[in-house]
Amino acid sequence: MSNIHQVNRRDFMKLFGLASTGIILGCTAQTAKKKFSPEINKDFFAPNLFIHLEKNGNITLIASRSEMGQGIRTSLASAIADELEADWKYVNVKQATGNAKYGNQNTDGSRSVRTRLEPMRKMGAAAKMMLITAAANKWNVNESDCKAENHYVINTISNEKIFFGDLVEDASALPVPNEGAIQLKKVEDFKYIGKTLKSVDLNHFTHGTATYGIDVRIPNMKFAAIARCPVTFGTVKSFDSKNAEKVSGVEKVIKIDRKKPGIGQQFYGCLGGVAVIANNTWSAFQGKLDLDINWDFGDNKSFDSEEFKKTLTQRIQKNGKLVPGSRGNVSTAFNNANKVVEATYHVPFLVHVPMEVPNATAWYQDNKIEVWAPVQDPQTARAELAQFFEIPLENITINVTFLGGGFGRKSKSDFVVEAVTISKEIKAPVQVVWTREDDIKHSFYHATSVQYLKGGIDEKGNVSGWLQRVAFPSIVSSFKPLSDYASGFELGQGFTNNPYDLENFRLESVKAEAHLRIGWLRSVVHIHSGFGNNSFVDELAFAANIDPVQFHLNLIGKDRVIKGKSDYPYDTKRMKDVLNNTAKIADWNKKRPENHGMGIAIHYSFYSYVATAVEVSMNDGKVKIENVWTTIDCGLVLNKDNVINQLEGAAIFGMSIALFGKVSAKEGAVEQNNFFDYQMTRMKHAPKIHVDILDKMNEKPTGVGEPGVPVMAPAICNAIFNATGKRYRSLPLIDEGLI
Amino acid sequence: MSTILSINGKSYTVEVQENMPLLWAIRDIVGLTGTKFGCGVAQCGACSILIDGQLTKSCSMPVSYGIGKEIFTIEGSSENLEVLREAWNDGNVPQCGYCQSGQLIAATALLDKIESPTDKDIDDAMSSNICRCGTYSRIRKAIHKAVELKNQKA
Repeated sequence: MSNIHQVNRRDFMKLFGLASTGIILGCTAQTAKKKFSPEINKDFFAPNLFIHLEKNGNITLIASRSEMGQGIRTSLASAIADELEADWKYVNVKQATGNAKYGNQNTDGSRSVRTRLEPMRKMGAAAKMMLITAAANKWNVNESDCKAENHYVINTISNEKIFFGDLVEDASALPVPNEGAIQLKKVEDFKYIGKTLKSVDLNHFTHGTATYGIDVRIPNMKFAAIARCPVTFGTVKSFDSKNAEKVSGVEKVIKIDRKKPGIGQQFYGCLGGVAVIANNTWSAFQGKLDLDINWDFGDNKSFDSEEFKKTLTQRIQKNGKLVPGSRGNVSTAFNNANKVVEATYHVPFLVHVPMEVPNATAWYQDNKIEVWAPVQDPQTARAELAQFFEIPLENITINVTFLGGGFGRKSKSDFVVEAVTISKEIKAPVQVVWTREDDIKHSFYHATSVQYLKGGIDEKGNVSGWLQRVAFPSIVSSFKPLSDYASGFELGQGFTNNPYDLENFRLESVKAEAHLRIGWLRSVVHIHSGFGNNSFVDELAFAANIDPVQFHLNLIGKDRVIKGKSDYPYDTKRMKDVLNNTAKIADWNKKRPENHGMGIAIHYSFYSYVATAVEVSMNDGKVKIENVWTTIDCGLVLNKDNVINQLEGAAIFGMSIALFGKVSAKEGAVEQNNFFDYQMTRMKHAPKIHVDILDKMNEKPTGVGEPGVPVMAPAICNAIFNATGKRYRSLPLIDEGLI
Repeated sequence: MSTILSINGKSYTVEVQENMPLLWAIRDIVGLTGTKFGCGVAQCGACSILIDGQLTKSCSMPVSYGIGKEIFTIEGSSENLEVLREAWNDGNVPQCGYCQSGQLIAATALLDKIESPTDKDIDDAMSSNICRCGTYSRIRKAIHKAVELKNQKA
């Protein structure tokens, strides 16, 4: 792992490829110097791919993950800066292009801090060691007599100090330390980690100068809009572009074919359709409306989501496939139960609608591709382009812009493939922009689900048996057709690993085919499991006549640590701690006005523990979310205010799911169009949100972006039940007349 | 045809169809990309600008409407916008930042009209701007903070 190996000097940042397990300390400045001395640049110190220190002290740190609002550019840079003992005022952050040399860049699964914190800290720590050695050599003292502090190396004997910038030349000539020699700081010595650093991009955000994908401008670029078949995977039979071509600004209309990845490949291809190319976005949009296209709607043309819901609801009445992890005997438990409760829950298809629509700018020329795009997963986009366009990987550059929201939509690079396809065809740089209607009608949707739950309660009020049947189209269907059952990784999101101590537990998976492209949305399958589990626990608590918080605590059971396959065992005590803390900050037992209700939900996702209480008020049959109290245990916190901001945002995101989110399809086509019929939580709906982070700085960092979402819908429905006695088991609540 | 647009106090002569929405003229023809496209149907507020001081969804107003009027975008500067920027920074408001141009313009229009808005005023004025990241409580606090900062400076 820590052997010195050569790195191409043309790639002037010197070291470190990254392995999945951590860093590889690569070539040294010294070895490079011997071989490539003419190219040695003594104006900066770049001990690895992530750090670039100049003589004036300015440091550029590389952000390898995409920025989509989670503050990752600031967070990961602050981890490097902390170990480096850099003064934050000298720090600039630069976005990495999509390239495997930076390690995994796939920005999803709430894992950037979880998987990148330690490697980034090591990058900073290794650089600091080299700066200290350079200074120690100058003073002719031992390294142990030196320390780094606030952009200086200090001689602890003489109290002399040398500015980091003045060590650039000397440090550049030193060997990079072995990974084993790197010592990381102790928690109590952190300067930035665990504290709050405001976003490094704030001024750009407040002046409109941050460049999102849609803001990219290349000389002589064209703009394109694409008409795609209303029915998923339908194709163009013929089209008439006469009227479209008459639109002022429209330059060309071309058909583009569907690009279909090989079976099992985790690529996205593109849907194909008819592209209108213009000299501005508006003309492209207008031209698209004037196209006359004769579609072959294909196999999905009769899909009806209401019928599908009925079909799934019927199917879950019968046995499904038994899922491993089931245990005990629920039938006996139900026979011996004091009370048996049954319920069926439904979540519709959902769509991401990031404020910035999918878009990409591409330039295909001379056997090279350059892309500027808001992508969560630039390496997959690059690999996909290499395959579809038969261009060597090294000739493809993916410039990652700011993302105006991602939420999983921008993990799927179909819009990039479209842009490159058109650029190749028209031999010019082009920006493909989706309309909001395109975004809502042609997404990779969060799957709809139907769940059936049956529970037994014994004479002490404990849950003696739990049967759960789940049916939802699988994400795997987007990569492997005929994947008609939920996959193991999906069931592992809150179904096989619910936080409860259940002796008799039976989970069954029920068939559900995909007729739309299925993908992941912020918190993914946890949206279903969080809603089903927490709603049902609340129903059981009511049946047992036990307070829901106490009932949850009983159900979590005694303190124990359950080791799964990962390095992150589930610790029941940590779950109880967040629950108890939320009950405390929400003042759970406080008497509230007559028309108010309180609901609670807990969920374990992305290795983090979350408990959320919601207070609603009911007026004339309408619900208002008044307060949200959330506690998270996400282990070590990297940037405190970022965590709070993410949890506040997750509460609003979860509210949108509970109150408004529903994509429906008739005759194969999605019915919703824009924000007037796919509604969002707005300022007037926004509650007071209170976030508490448990201090677990000695634990490993776990997910933050997603874990606050799955608790919201059940906590809201439980609160409405508490206020009204009416149970809502099907989302969204706007369909029940509650908004 | 050739049209003159006055944006943030500067005159731009642009070749543009008069029925093109101002949003696209500002973004694609003039080249000021701070004003954002979000929905195209005046539902999300990402494209908010001021026209002669009036809050306007630029995606749904044609260029002809802006001729002879003063257009103000996020690239501009005014006393209220500057104090709002300060409050936005102070509260670390943005997440992805995409909607914040529109939020700041809508908040500017609010403070231009009401010196010290109540929560109800904020609900009324800011509910046509969607933030998918969900920064509403920070926006609310920042508007109150801006009033505070302004009073301190007065």
